[in-house]
Amino acid sequence: MYEPFLQIIDVSKRFDNVVALDKVNLKIEKSEIFSLLGSSGCGKSTLLRIIAGFEKPDEGRILLEGKDITKLPPYVRPLNIMFQNYALFPHLNVTNNIQFGLKEEKISKEEINHRVNEILNLLELNGLEKRKINEISGGQQQRVALARCLVKKPKLLLLDEPLAALDKQLRVQTQFELVNLQYKLGITFIIVTHDQEEAMSLSDRMAIMKNGEILQVGNPVEIYEKPKDKYIANFIGTANIFNVVNENNQIIIKELNYEVKNINNKENYFKCLIRPEKISVKKLENQSNNLNIGVVKEVAYLGSYTKYLIDVNGFEFYSFMQNSLVSDNLQIKWDDKVQISFNETSIYFFND
Amino acid sequence: MIKNLKKQNFWFVFTPYLWLVLFFFVPLALIFKISISVSEWGMPPYRDLFSLSENGLEINSTLGNYLFIFSDPFYIRSYLNSLSLAFTSTVLCLLIGYPIAFYVAKSKTSIRNILLIMLIIPFWSSFLLRVYAWKVLLQGSGIINSILIHIGLISEPISMLHNHYAVILGVVYTYLPFMILPLYGYLVKFDLNLIDASNDLGAKPLNTFVKVILPLSLPGIVAGSMLVFIPVVGEYIIPEMLGGSDKLYFGKIIWDEFFVNRDWPIASALAMSGIVILVFPIIIFQLMYAKYNFKNE
Repeated sequence: MYEPFLQIIDVSKRFDNVVALDKVNLKIEKSEIFSLLGSSGCGKSTLLRIIAGFEKPDEGRILLEGKDITKLPPYVRPLNIMFQNYALFPHLNVTNNIQFGLKEEKISKEEINHRVNEILNLLELNGLEKRKINEISGGQQQRVALARCLVKKPKLLLLDEPLAALDKQLRVQTQFELVNLQYKLGITFIIVTHDQEEAMSLSDRMAIMKNGEILQVGNPVEIYEKPKDKYIANFIGTANIFNVVNENNQIIIKELNYEVKNINNKENYFKCLIRPEKISVKKLENQSNNLNIGVVKEVAYLGSYTKYLIDVNGFEFYSFMQNSLVSDNLQIKWDDKVQISFNETSIYFFND
Repeated sequence: MIKNLKKQNFWFVFTPYLWLVLFFFVPLALIFKISISVSEWGMPPYRDLFSLSENGLEINSTLGNYLFIFSDPFYIRSYLNSLSLAFTSTVLCLLIGYPIAFYVAKSKTSIRNILLIMLIIPFWSSFLLRVYAWKVLLQGSGIINSILIHIGLISEPISMLHNHYAVILGVVYTYLPFMILPLYGYLVKFDLNLIDASNDLGAKPLNTFVKVILPLSLPGIVAGSMLVFIPVVGEYIIPEMLGGSDKLYFGKIIWDEFFVNRDWPIASALAMSGIVILVFPIIIFQLMYAKYNFKNE
């Protein structure tokens, strides 16, 4: 019988009448990188702390490989957590931090040394063994925190904002390292983050959370291309959301006054999403009778692509154009009139 | 500019030292002088160290006072009594104070301030009054005895006063805040994530306490223990008011030598040896501790 690796069933949690989690259900598969994404106060950290065992849910159960771990204290759960501030022990050196958890298990000294050395090699921490925590850099601290968890060979690793404390350059590099590490070890990762780019690039699947509820679960592509509602569409990337009306069985994008022709399903949709990179703009050379004419309000050149803010009859939206596609003689400037085009397949309809 | 700053710094640092020299080292030197003087009847009750006579300059100095107090087990015993009182009270203050300090440090800010004020409020009343209050509570016709008799646990008042248990009670009560406040100072900075991290890595609560919380609050424990231990060794008022004749304490002996026997040189010698015996181990400890901290930072 199929059984998910980690199952969160109807978990609710309140703090002084503030609902932190409201009947959350989630299934996480073995060996996947799963992200809990949401803005602060959405309940993602509470959910992580409940999985780790630091908080007890008011209602609901947590099953790990089919076993109910809801009531188990954190020190017997076969999982580990990496804290946002790393929570390394300041009175211990790197080695003692890493072997702290092993010493709590009944393992021989040789085995401990072997495993510590193994993990020191894996995370390239050799040479820092005797250093105090405040004598190593932020990036090294992050790797020690990771090593301290991984040396326990947990079934599940929880990461609370794993990259938040690193500077930007290091963050990108560490992102790849984390994914490689996870691939090598096959440990299931659950990552809590507020950074949508981080979630998109790290995760196999992710859950978008808001006000203690899970709004949508899916892989990054699904969530980006087919967001369930306006909130998710805006939360992940930049979203152009238009109103849709049905006039005499014609589906019309109101703001653009554009009729969608190739639509099989003429249900009552109220909104549609067109991502900015799917809208292309072209400088008008001569006055044409095309309806889709807009005025450029803002231009932001970002190297590989350019952001344009377009105004059509007082409604503003974005178009992102790859710079390799824009020929030099057609450089678009402020207040230029542009022709707008998009493929009908890139329109995503939804109800909200 | 830099020179001016240095000048300011100099006075800033020097003023407290001046205070210390005038009101601590000078009196200490005077006590030392008396402690090596020869006792005699008169006012003051000791002979001047230096005197001029027909034979020229005479030095009337003796180590006899020191030899005397170290040859009399009476003084040594009283000193050991004081040390044991200080040790017992320090341990009790630590055992009682640590959980309180931890609780206060980990409560919400609004509650924390109220709790801190509650710890400090007793200082607003006189130390003497607070000790006297215990005398009233513990005495034969006191509240505790009355209640115990009333509920029928005992038929006659039990004597709770004038023994060394009453002294320990009084000392622990009086000195508890001196233990709690420095402990609080360290524990309030303690990152609670470290406890979670330790639990998460498989350490049960007791191991977490021993391996993480205790070592990280060690400086607070040391500071609090010193603040209790050192003054209690010389404590005079509490043994005088709550104590009995079952145990004599060092502070009381010095008082008696000064004011009852009027033997200032012996009293001074007692005071000096008390300081020396106490100060050297503390200095050595501090140096070792500073070294330990230096290594750890």
